[in-house]
Amino acid sequence: MVNRKLVGAHYGLIDWLVQRITGVVMAVFTVVVGFALSEGVGSSYERWYGFMSSTPMRFISFLCIVSLCWHAWIGVRDTWMDYVQPAGIKLTLHVLTLLSVIGCGGWAVQILWRL
Amino acid sequence: MTKRILKFNIYRYDPDVDRKPYLQDIEVEVDATDRKLLDALVKLKAKDDSIAFRRSCREGVCGSDGMNINGTNGLACLADLSTFPDGKTIVLRPLPGLPVIRDLIVDMTQFFKQYHSIKPYLINNDPLPERERLQSPEEREELNGLYECILCACCSTACPTFWWNPDKFVGPAGLLAAYRFIADTRDQATNERLDNLEDPYRLFRCHTIMNCVEVCPKGLNPTKAIGKIKDMMVRRII
Repeated sequence: MVNRKLVGAHYGLIDWLVQRITGVVMAVFTVVVGFALSEGVGSSYERWYGFMSSTPMRFISFLCIVSLCWHAWIGVRDTWMDYVQPAGIKLTLHVLTLLSVIGCGGWAVQILWRL
Repeated sequence: MTKRILKFNIYRYDPDVDRKPYLQDIEVEVDATDRKLLDALVKLKAKDDSIAFRRSCREGVCGSDGMNINGTNGLACLADLSTFPDGKTIVLRPLPGLPVIRDLIVDMTQFFKQYHSIKPYLINNDPLPERERLQSPEEREELNGLYECILCACCSTACPTFWWNPDKFVGPAGLLAAYRFIADTRDQATNERLDNLEDPYRLFRCHTIMNCVEVCPKGLNPTKAIGKIKDMMVRRII
C-alpha cells in the first residue's frame, strides 16, 4: 500500500467545541453539588438520597455523566492521536477507550437511576 | 578592548564520518565588538571549519540561523552575548524534531511542506485592478503580527505536537501564515482555507501550551492566531 498521509476528517471543530461545552456542564454540576454540600446535604444518607433523587438533580447528573464520558472519550483519544503512530494499535486503543467509556457511562446511569 | 573566553558545548554530527551524534566542548575568544552569538559562531568556524551552521543576513530577517540555545530555540544573530553569564558553557543543539543534516543544520523539508499546504498566497479571482486591491486601515491592521513571520522554524520545532505529528499537524508557523490569509479581506478563499484546517490533526492538535509564543524571535503570537481561526470556524457553523 502506498504511504499517503491521510488528513481531512471534518470532526476536529465539533470535538473541540464539544470538549469545551461538556467542560462547562461538569463545572456547573460541580458548583451545584459543592453548594449543596456546603448547605449540609451530605450530613445524612436520607438528605443525600433526597437531594440526588430530585428531578432537577437527576436531570443535571445525567447530563454530567454524558458530558464526562464524551469529554473523556475526546481527551483520551486525543492522547492516542498525539503519541501513538501505528494505525492498528491506534484503532485498537480507540475502540478499547470507547468501549470502556460506554461501559462506565452505562454503569453510572444504572447507579443514578437506581436511586 | 575587553576580550572574553566563551565556552561552548556543541552538537556535532556528520553522517559521512560519525556513527552517532556527540557533544563537543570548544572555546573561543571574542572581542567587545562581538555582540551576538552569531559573531562568536563565526569566530568558532574560523577556529574549526568543520562546524556547520546556517546563517545569512545576521540581523534577524532571513531566519537561517535558528538553533537550540541553552535549551531554548532562537536565532543566533539575535542572541545577545551579554546575556550569557561569564564562565558558563553555552549549549548549542540543532532545532529539535527535525532530521539533522549536519551539526546545527536541520532538514526543513517537512516544515516547508506544512507551510505550503496552507497555500501561503493571496487567492483572488477578480480581474486585476488597475493599481492595487485596497483595504481600509482597520482591515490592514488585522495583518499586523501575522505577516512578519520569517519562517525560521523556531516555533514549530518548539512545539511537542509538531515533534509527534510533523506530517499531519501544520505547526504554529504554518497556522500563523494560514490566519494571515484568512484574515486578509482581499483573499476570496476563506471557506476553503477553513475547510482545509477543519481536521483533528491539522489545526486541532494545538493544545495551547504556547511554546511557540515563548520562542518566537520576532515576538509574534501563533497561539492567538490559532485561537482566531477556531473562533472563525465556530462562527461559521452557528
